[in-house]
Amino acid sequence: MKSEEVYQPEVQEVDESMSAINDTVNSEYKYGFVTEIEADEAPKGLNEDIIRFISAKKNEPSWMLEWRLKAFRQWQKMEEPHWANLHYPKINYQDIIYYSAPKQKTKPKSLDEIDPELRRTFEKLGISLDEQKRLSGVAVDAVIDSVSIATTFKEQLAEKGIIFCSMTEAIQNHPDLVREYLSSVVPVTDNYFAALNSAVFTDGSFVYIPKGVRCPMELSTYFRINAENTGQFERTLIIADEGAYVSYLEGCTAPMRDENQLHAAVVELVALDNAEIKYSTVQNWYPGDKEGNGGIYNFVTKRGICRGVRSKISWTQVETGSAITWKYPSVILKGDHSIGEFYSVAVTNNYQQADTGTKMQHLGKNTRSRIVSKGISAGFSQNSYRGLVHVGKNANGARNFSQCDSLLLGDKCGAHTFPYIEVKNNTAVVEHEATTSKIGEDQIFYCNQRGIDTETAVALIINGFAKEVMNQLPMEFAVEAQKLLAISLEGSVG
Amino acid sequence: MPDTPRSSHCLEIRRNKIRNKIKDMLSIKNLQARIEEKQILKGINLDIKAGEVHAIMGPNGSGKSTLASVLAGRSEYEVTGGSVEFLGKDLLELSPEERAGEGIFLAFQYPVEIPGLSTTNFIKTAVNEVRKYRGQEPYDAVQFLKLMREKMAMVEINQSLLSRSLNEGFSGGEKKRNEIFQMAMLEPKLAILDETDSGLDIDAIRIVANGVNKLRSKDNAVLVVTHYQRLLDYIVPDFVHVLYNGRIVKSGTKELALELEERGYDFIKNEVGQEA
Repeated sequence: MKSEEVYQPEVQEVDESMSAINDTVNSEYKYGFVTEIEADEAPKGLNEDIIRFISAKKNEPSWMLEWRLKAFRQWQKMEEPHWANLHYPKINYQDIIYYSAPKQKTKPKSLDEIDPELRRTFEKLGISLDEQKRLSGVAVDAVIDSVSIATTFKEQLAEKGIIFCSMTEAIQNHPDLVREYLSSVVPVTDNYFAALNSAVFTDGSFVYIPKGVRCPMELSTYFRINAENTGQFERTLIIADEGAYVSYLEGCTAPMRDENQLHAAVVELVALDNAEIKYSTVQNWYPGDKEGNGGIYNFVTKRGICRGVRSKISWTQVETGSAITWKYPSVILKGDHSIGEFYSVAVTNNYQQADTGTKMQHLGKNTRSRIVSKGISAGFSQNSYRGLVHVGKNANGARNFSQCDSLLLGDKCGAHTFPYIEVKNNTAVVEHEATTSKIGEDQIFYCNQRGIDTETAVALIINGFAKEVMNQLPMEFAVEAQKLLAISLEGSVG
Repeated sequence: MPDTPRSSHCLEIRRNKIRNKIKDMLSIKNLQARIEEKQILKGINLDIKAGEVHAIMGPNGSGKSTLASVLAGRSEYEVTGGSVEFLGKDLLELSPEERAGEGIFLAFQYPVEIPGLSTTNFIKTAVNEVRKYRGQEPYDAVQFLKLMREKMAMVEINQSLLSRSLNEGFSGGEKKRNEIFQMAMLEPKLAILDETDSGLDIDAIRIVANGVNKLRSKDNAVLVVTHYQRLLDYIVPDFVHVLYNGRIVKSGTKELALELEERGYDFIKNEVGQEA
């Protein structure tokens, strides 16, 4: 027997994650606290004056203000989209605060000068802004409400020519890069929410990896909504120059509040020749309570372009939070031999609704894409996969493989799959597989009989179901994500 | 000593004397159970002591698998009467996972598949959950690996099977062997084998039975539920009970199984019919 050599480290991993699950399985949404900190806010509502106010607050150059105003004028002519399988009351865009920044007495010049209350908030969320304390090699940009409050490891990254800063700083310090790439992937008028974001976005992260540089650490942005009645509109732009590589992580949480809050972000990724961008999200916005009150409305536009030959963009998302999720991270495969990937786990419980998926647009020759979507529905929730695979007429040899699996817990939830396929080149090969299954009483009883209680059994079954996607996440995120799955589905079986 | 009827008789009397002194591990009294509106068990009485192997035989639909499921605590079955005591505890009061913790193991007739969950991880979770129930420290990766190697050798199962998703795409024989491996890992007090021989060829039966035999000891007991006698050629029972229409209608030693094999279940039906 040659068991010794092939023994996998998996056991260790599960060990950690299982004890983590046991720790957290009995807790509710644990990020629902509010930080008591004075905020500098704009009055409620949206008009050109508000946009001027935001732009002035951020001391923006005039081209940026003009760009925003143009977006706003376009947005006013647009209609909120209602094609998704989502049902929610009308959003009153005049009842939202579009700018809210924690008041800091003086602008912190270094990480040491950050308001201790804000520092504690992030500590509580498990995000340390103290570089010395971070051994894991992850650089963080911390965004609270409308502004970035700190970015760690900036100097170390700068030595390699890597730019990692808030969008506000990028507009000030790297205007050429911003002007060249901003809205180059998601045009201002792409959709209603992207136009709104363009008009009012307040901060976000900016990343530029120069030619041939492999980013030595994971970059991450942590988004936190704190203030009441505010919306969060962040904008992220990541550029990997020729031959560059970066792995980027995004996390997010919000306090528990009775009213719904709007989050409308835009993320743009640009990969030049032979570059690779790996973008991972663990989305944990407040999902609302068990009766469906409150929670974040998450309307997000995420798109990457593989502009260069042999470039690669990979989206991985674990979606557990939000009352409403409307999100389709996509890849435009322009460069020949470029690769796009989308790995997703979307969990809905109680009255959550998710309509999420991807678009893979094959334009270049021999482009490849892979879609793995795992939807888990429980309670009264509705979970939809919506995906488009488009193969243009010049995309000789394009290949796509899509797999969409749904898992149902209970009989009051719904899982839906809407795959769209458009092929204009007859050398393309497009494959789609879909399955729907239910967690069986049989599976639970089998685990019970082996001494495993029902909550743990559900966690094992769910993690097994989602494994292919979880494996794509960086290690420390994967453990976090497994915990989240267990919490999100707490009490949904048995 | 020549094996004369007389000496065998003496032996049995002596054995029964010893047996009566040992306390029962499992004591089932007048157990009745139904699924939905259908009454399946109509008053089962059975005592099992540590070190014994009991076989429950019977025609299809007699309630054999129901008995196994009720002992393991499957919730679809409603217990409508009687009692079950296991190691001094009221078994029927315990949840399925508590029963597992107390030392009850059911080898399933149809082991379930869990895609994406590796067999090793599943077993490690099970072993540590049971240890936790018993107030023992969980095994770390090294200790677990050591135990696993030891038991793998015992039941002749190989690593490649254990790194695959639980039972997914396993052949019938592989599934049953995996059940026996789990039994070895969990070291139960009472193992219930529910039709473990169904769907297996003779080689697979032999391997599975060998595994069970290696795990037999004076401290544990085995309840073999089977339709056919052939498994009992390999797992030799101390007692054989015939279940018919929700009751144990006949008990005996291993010879009873041979008689059933020879004469078929009809003779039982006739006997019971005559009584009724």
